[in-house]
Amino acid sequence: MFVQLLANGLVTGSVIALAAAGVSIVYGILRLVNFAYGDYMTFGAFMGILFNVKLDLPIVPAAMLAMAATAVLSVALELVLWRPLRAKSAGFMSLFLVSVGLALVLRHVIYLVAGPQPRTYAVNPYKVYVIGSARLSGAQGIAIVVATIGIVLVGLLIARTGVGRMMRALADDLPLAAIAGVRTGRVILAAWIVSGLLAGLAGVLAGLVQTSFDPQLGFSLLLPIFAAVVMGGIGSVYGALAGGLALGLAMELSTWPELAGGVNPTYKPVVAFAALVCVLLVRPQGLFGRARVV
Amino acid sequence: MSTIASFGFWSFVGIVAGIYTLFALGVQVQFGFAGLLNFGQVAFMGIGAYTMAILVVKEDLNMWIAACCGVALAMLAGVLLGLPTLRLRADYFAITTIAFSEILRYVATNEDRLTGGSQGTINLAGIGRTSQYNSEWQSFLGKVERGLHIGGDAAMLILVWTVALLAVTAIWLMMKTPWGRVLKSIREDEEAVASLGKNVFSYKLQALVVGAALGAIAGLFYAWQFSFFSPDDFAPLLTFFAWMIVILGGLGRAWTVPVGAIVFGVIFAGTRFFDFAPFSLLDSTERAYVRLIVIGVVIIGLMLFRPQGIFGNRKEMVLE
Repeated sequence: MFVQLLANGLVTGSVIALAAAGVSIVYGILRLVNFAYGDYMTFGAFMGILFNVKLDLPIVPAAMLAMAATAVLSVALELVLWRPLRAKSAGFMSLFLVSVGLALVLRHVIYLVAGPQPRTYAVNPYKVYVIGSARLSGAQGIAIVVATIGIVLVGLLIARTGVGRMMRALADDLPLAAIAGVRTGRVILAAWIVSGLLAGLAGVLAGLVQTSFDPQLGFSLLLPIFAAVVMGGIGSVYGALAGGLALGLAMELSTWPELAGGVNPTYKPVVAFAALVCVLLVRPQGLFGRARVV
Repeated sequence: MSTIASFGFWSFVGIVAGIYTLFALGVQVQFGFAGLLNFGQVAFMGIGAYTMAILVVKEDLNMWIAACCGVALAMLAGVLLGLPTLRLRADYFAITTIAFSEILRYVATNEDRLTGGSQGTINLAGIGRTSQYNSEWQSFLGKVERGLHIGGDAAMLILVWTVALLAVTAIWLMMKTPWGRVLKSIREDEEAVASLGKNVFSYKLQALVVGAALGAIAGLFYAWQFSFFSPDDFAPLLTFFAWMIVILGGLGRAWTVPVGAIVFGVIFAGTRFFDFAPFSLLDSTERAYVRLIVIGVVIIGLMLFRPQGIFGNRKEMVLE
């Protein structure tokens, strides 16, 4: 039972971690809390349906195309929306509210185009992986492997590559990086591409794990994702990855019956928020955030 | 008579705008005056409505006393929310307050025995027994109707707007006192206010609690107007509507809130009349999607072209 919950927790946690990293990359550079991120994920998940179900592609290439499509959406919105807003020197609140408006627009356009009926990817539902005493469905198996690869790649991108270094430089001090000759416009675009790819991936994985989903998919995950971002320290990509995994594990393990009877599974999101509040009480800047005056 | 010209329809729009005025006035106090990014305002609305309904149905309490309990409990919840979170940075505070409202919504959905669960207040007295919390309200409304010789919709309209305008006036007067000036200066520069010996934390907490009380009053009217509600009525979307109203009207002024609420109400209701091409091809669910798309576009457009709102004072407050 415990091992099974641990496995479920890793699956949930890795999906949240990927999405939280996507939110955090953009937040770190632009100070933009992207409330529409859940709906970027939904867009990715429905693109996955388009390629996987409508065009009959296997799930892996379909997921890659869905990621690419979400990255295109992400870049397009940067060009037509976020860049003009920054040019008008819109502040934190304006950007946040625009993202709220954008979330409404994206979600209901998806409702309008794709309809509210539940969707399922074309993967074999009877395939089961048995690891020790844990049983993972085929979809969960794919999710955990792909998410692990994704998390490692994001970590490497931020830590080791030139683009990653420039992103960190921008997150630290954008004007200073610009003076030092970093082409900020390009790095910001790169951040949106990575963020979009992650949204697409997390969206498809979330759809796989939940077996059937509707256009509320991304939005329903948004609050645990934000909780992970805040828990890790806003703007810290590693923090977001760690926060996501920690929350996923906390949510699943809290239902373990031997832990004081376990929590009713419907309270899983509450566990995520309770964990967040506990962390913030001890470390108001989040697990990996630096205390700073804003 | 077509809907667009009927009094019943427009008085409904007016009643809802009045409820939104009360609700959004709380956000104006918290954000427009004190600079607090409270995104959990809907929780206070839910606390007010649920406390009143539960006390009336389960404890057989007088409805007016139950309503006062609802407001009091919402204010207490404001204190409990503020104590650990007000020292957080603005963005963290915003997300924690959303989390607070969502936690309460999950609890209300799952604790069937207390709240009637996802089926809402109809289930309050237990399975098979339909419950009603608003009989006292209906008889009060009846008295007003007979006293003024008007219909039920008109009576509700007058009651909601009387309370809403009283609240707007009260907040407007409060902002003219030293208390209000300290609040506004906290929004501008916390450190400067602290250096004058003011307890910044306590002032912020007071602003949060005043906003919570207004939210709870809005919740009471919501419960009376619709005679039924469920946890899903208190989703975060409603908080965003309140924010949109505050920003639409203009930040940092009390009287802009009713203006924002009416404009919002008309936009929201007006999209019902999209019966010309190409919208005539859509069915009613699809038009509901279009309505929310329109609202999203209006929020984005407002931020792009007029971030200070319709009547906002650009010198006093621009969204940062």
